[in-house]
Amino acid sequence: MSMQIEQRGRVLPYVHAIREALAQEMKADPSVFVFGLDVDDHKGIQGSTMGLVDEFGAERVFTTPLSEDAMTGAAIGAAMTGMRPVHVHIRMDFMMLAMNQLVNMAAKTHYMYGGAFNVPLVVRSMIGKSWGQGAQHSQGLHAMFAHVPGLKVVAPSNAYDVKGCLIEAIRDNNPVVFMEHRLLYFTEAFVPEESYTVPFGKGRIHGADGEAAADVTLVGVSNMVLECLRTKEILAETGVRCEVVDPISIRPLDFDTIAESARRTGRVIIVDNAWVDFGTSAEIAARIAENDDLRHVQIRRMGYAPTTCPTTPWLEKEFYPNPATIAEAAYALVHPDKPGLSVAPEKVELAYQAQFRGPF
Amino acid sequence: MLYDPGIPRGTALSSENVNIARLYRGLQYVRRVEESVAEIYPSDKIKSPVHLSIGQEAASVAVCDVLEQTDYVSGTYRGHALYLAKGGSLKGMLAEMYGKSGGAAGGKGGSMHLVSQEANVLGASAVVGTNIPIATGAALSMKMQKNGRIVACFFGDGSTEEGAFAESLNFAALKKLPILFVCENNFYAIHEPLSARWATNRLCERVATYGIPTTLIDDDDVLKMHDAARQAVDSIRAGNGPAFIEYQAYRLREHVGPNEDFNQGYRHEDEAAVWRGRDQVARLSEMIDPEERARIDADIETEIDAAVDFAESSPAPAIEELYRHVYAD
Repeated sequence: MSMQIEQRGRVLPYVHAIREALAQEMKADPSVFVFGLDVDDHKGIQGSTMGLVDEFGAERVFTTPLSEDAMTGAAIGAAMTGMRPVHVHIRMDFMMLAMNQLVNMAAKTHYMYGGAFNVPLVVRSMIGKSWGQGAQHSQGLHAMFAHVPGLKVVAPSNAYDVKGCLIEAIRDNNPVVFMEHRLLYFTEAFVPEESYTVPFGKGRIHGADGEAAADVTLVGVSNMVLECLRTKEILAETGVRCEVVDPISIRPLDFDTIAESARRTGRVIIVDNAWVDFGTSAEIAARIAENDDLRHVQIRRMGYAPTTCPTTPWLEKEFYPNPATIAEAAYALVHPDKPGLSVAPEKVELAYQAQFRGPF
Repeated sequence: MLYDPGIPRGTALSSENVNIARLYRGLQYVRRVEESVAEIYPSDKIKSPVHLSIGQEAASVAVCDVLEQTDYVSGTYRGHALYLAKGGSLKGMLAEMYGKSGGAAGGKGGSMHLVSQEANVLGASAVVGTNIPIATGAALSMKMQKNGRIVACFFGDGSTEEGAFAESLNFAALKKLPILFVCENNFYAIHEPLSARWATNRLCERVATYGIPTTLIDDDDVLKMHDAARQAVDSIRAGNGPAFIEYQAYRLREHVGPNEDFNQGYRHEDEAAVWRGRDQVARLSEMIDPEERARIDADIETEIDAAVDFAESSPAPAIEELYRHVYAD
């Protein structure tokens, strides 16, 4: 069964939910510390670490040299010996400089040392989009990390989940790659004031409104959950009913919830915030294809164009799936014999995109 | 379980405040264990690539003699000496190399990933240089916990070419972390000499530019190494930040495997002869009372025999072990 979001607490933006999770965990556990380039500056990682240094001191909130490789190793070493570091990268792309330590050390430590040492490490990273983020500030690289046993990968899509997942990640005794999306920072949701956790390996279904069964399942990853929810509204006007599945964590993956929805609808479109080839969408599609109970399910995959992300907005808008392209794909899947759907461009721009003005 | 030489550290036999018998015991122990490993190796019972420390045991033995049990060490795939010197279980090590359930990591790590939670041996890494930032992070952890412990980080000359080495030195010096960096310079990365890899051989000078005090031991002298380690550890414990020792010694066996390899042409027996003449095990053996030496030697052989028996009789891991430890609870 998928989880439902609790509708209580205050309405809080995603970015403040991150900050609140960090502050609450640092208060509760003196072994938690936050470090990474710029975590203690006047912008505080776009607000997500703002003021933590004043509250908890420079020994527990500090910037680092531009040494992602060694700083990741340092986080692992600290985690192995009693601390719970939260290492922050302002873009996920920069994690490529930490790949050796994450893949060869963090992921392997507990296994290759026969359980002698744990690595309770959180690596926060943010994916950028638009306003010229381009080739090296826009990548969703979760599939690379999710490929490796020993790592956990989460991609919360709303303020409620981001707080609960971050607290869960900090308390987890394993290395967790924590993916945020820059455009989600403004999005708001009910967020309880007290500390709470959102477990990994449990997805959510945003079901079809009303009583009739849905026609198609949209599985979104990270901010693509929002794009899928907008798609659901657009398609409702055409009579096509959607369920949107948010897996929340990529590894572990709650395939049961995806399967439950797919069994009902018989059609699945996986919309990833990443390239399609060899990615998370391929993994989910393969699991559906391998499941004898889901032989009837038709599968489509959407994601980044198989190119490098360009900076110019005229090309960049073609690079990403959006509610129009998703709706058109879903409509064609549900109604293969009808003329294709064409969605007016003004219906596509999402509030969270319209809200933002650069620079990042 | 822990290695106990049975000889107190504090009773000085030399003017350097070092117990020679204890140091000899440490050196001979590592040497004989590795010679035994080399003897067993052709039987193919050891299911693990072995990178022997024979010829360069002194750094590990001298530094660990100065450390407290609660201090941490971090090393590399050529890590038998460090693991044993810090007090890692010999039974655990041999069973690990046999791939048995009684091994230090239950057979999942092998010779290259020796680890001991009891002896505070952070697991060894087989990717060159990767343990340096990990050890640096452990030192950060010690400093944040204000527990007075320090970390000794061992690595080879090849590691100093990795970016993580420079990054770690900078960070450790910046944060005044309690860490001793020990470069075991044996002049070769697998088969490639320093001359093919280093623009200059002024390693200590390079490290000193970070404001880290350095010492060069260029003749494999275990007593000099002990003295340097004592001074460095005292300084680190006093809160002065990291220290660095470059210890030069010679790997007498092949890069990986039990044999000598002077027939392969990349280095020459003449070069090795200089270092054989300085052999620290032989040197110290002549500095102690023959009766005591005989007793130490006999004890070591007994311990090795028991550990080999343990490894031979330890059961193979259960098949379920394949899936255990991927994630911590």
